[in-house]
Amino acid sequence: MPDFAGILAYASVFLTLALINGIACLGLNLQWGQTGLFNVGVAGFIAIGAYVSALLTTAPVDGRFGGFEMPIVAGLVGAMIAAGAASALIGVITLRLRSDYLAITTFGVGVAVQLILRNEPALTGGTFGISFIPRPFGSLADRPLLFGCVNLALVGVLVLALVVGLQRLARSPWGRVLRAVREDERAALALGKNAASYRLQAFALGGAIMGLAGGMEAHLIGFISPEGYDSSLTFLIWTMLVVGGSGNNLGALLGAGLVSVIWSVTGLATGMLFAPEDQTRAAALRNVAIGVLLAATIVWRPRGLIGERLSVSRHVGD
Amino acid sequence: MTLQFLADGLIAGSTIALGAVGVTLTYSILRFANFAHGEFISWGCYLTLLIAGPIGAWIAASADAIGPLSVGWNIVLAGVLAMALTGLLAIALDAILFKPLRERGASITAVMASFGASMALRALLEVLFSSRPAYLSRELQIAIPVAPGIRVTPDQIALVAITALLVAGLHLLLTRTALGRSLRAVGENPALARVAGVDVARVIRLTWFLGGALACASGVMLGLVVQIRPTMGSEILLPLFAAAILGGIGSVPGALIGGLIVGLAEATTVELVGSQWRAAVAFLVLISVLLIRPTGLLGRSP
Repeated sequence: MPDFAGILAYASVFLTLALINGIACLGLNLQWGQTGLFNVGVAGFIAIGAYVSALLTTAPVDGRFGGFEMPIVAGLVGAMIAAGAASALIGVITLRLRSDYLAITTFGVGVAVQLILRNEPALTGGTFGISFIPRPFGSLADRPLLFGCVNLALVGVLVLALVVGLQRLARSPWGRVLRAVREDERAALALGKNAASYRLQAFALGGAIMGLAGGMEAHLIGFISPEGYDSSLTFLIWTMLVVGGSGNNLGALLGAGLVSVIWSVTGLATGMLFAPEDQTRAAALRNVAIGVLLAATIVWRPRGLIGERLSVSRHVGD
Repeated sequence: MTLQFLADGLIAGSTIALGAVGVTLTYSILRFANFAHGEFISWGCYLTLLIAGPIGAWIAASADAIGPLSVGWNIVLAGVLAMALTGLLAIALDAILFKPLRERGASITAVMASFGASMALRALLEVLFSSRPAYLSRELQIAIPVAPGIRVTPDQIALVAITALLVAGLHLLLTRTALGRSLRAVGENPALARVAGVDVARVIRLTWFLGGALACASGVMLGLVVQIRPTMGSEILLPLFAAAILGGIGSVPGALIGGLIVGLAEATTVELVGSQWRAAVAFLVLISVLLIRPTGLLGRSP
């Protein structure tokens, strides 16, 4: 008899992690999909959220900063504030310049964050990372299925709240200005909209949502280390958004789910098909496939699976 | 403290400059930041490695070191062939990826596509060659004193000289030839250049070829200084961008100066703070330029 409870527990953890990637995708969708801001440092902003939340909530450790033993909610709020503030700072410096400069600078953020994670053990735990991060419903951890399901429910509710909130924002006058700025900045300016300020708001809010994703993941896994936040994470989140359909919040979630499935199925397949000494090369093969998937989607199906829908004010027409 | 770090900075700066010249060239003509440029560097280096082996085996004498240098003619010949191949790789990538996007008129999606391509190209190198480090030369060189407190190896002198030659050659090509004039014309205004009879598609192919070939040269030089790994190009990408923006994006002399400054700044940081922070220098240079003078040293205002 197969271990159904075990499979279900695995499925719940898998879904939870896919949904958390979906949260990061929603943040990226606000920046890129709605506002056209190109962020290549997604992993850096997720890492800021993960580490801030971990430092705020863990128990004190000798020789390392942090250990404030705050509740998880406080950690997540801190994660959003820190990642949002970092995004705002980068936005202030680069958003007045041409769009490529934002891409290059955020790429730099990814590199710089990675360096700090590795080289400042007193702040980030260095290459060993941070462990014993408190987990939500931690008292249930010895019952994997129940533990997985309550956490899945928790993340599910959070994602639902985010999607509803972001959908309302996208349809609000604020969201319309974002798309106006994306489509034709001069027209938006002529209507008296402060394009720079709107861009900055969208970039900071998107960054805060990425920070939330980082914080949630840290609490659900209970352990973080620098390898988890290298450029391949940025790349994966981008592929999810583009494949799902940028500009569409549901597309972002669909892409997150689909690419998560592809990612883990190919992971299992390479694990079974290749000899142990070829494993790292087989893992690289997955990266080739995902890279080709991203580039091919951009060229052949720029709208993704479910692209942006034309949205106009409900006061217009009929 | 000796002045050795100045020499180290100059040598590292030459490699960065050569890559940055390619970045700035493609940026000024095609108008997007190419995140796959670092991968051209890695591919150029691996292609050189791949070609040098058979040449060395075919003509055994070619593998003997040239004079005081650590490499033989086989590496030089392989490097030249690899430059052509990397240039063709860049043209091929343009044909399948960037050209369709250009026709759609979406320049920022080209940046994204280049980001996807960079991951695919890097991972492909890892699949083909594994991530174990490789070497162009295993010979140890004795550094010779050139000034009080400064020692350099013959290889390093050759690297600086080759950079100077290549950048000067490119500068002359751009400023003194009809080809260079049509290149600059497309950079200024593609529509007007087309009306004036410039074959824009040919200019774009030429730009990619030059960018790829210079990236390959930069990769071979990098391969003589550091271990050859599939990630070598993506690791140097941030310094390349920082140098190109510091010099003023679109300016070839600017990219040269920017590269040297970034190289010197990195060497100074390694000397004063520690080698683990080397990679942060490019980021700080980038942020400072964007804050103080976003047009860069020799750039024009957009």
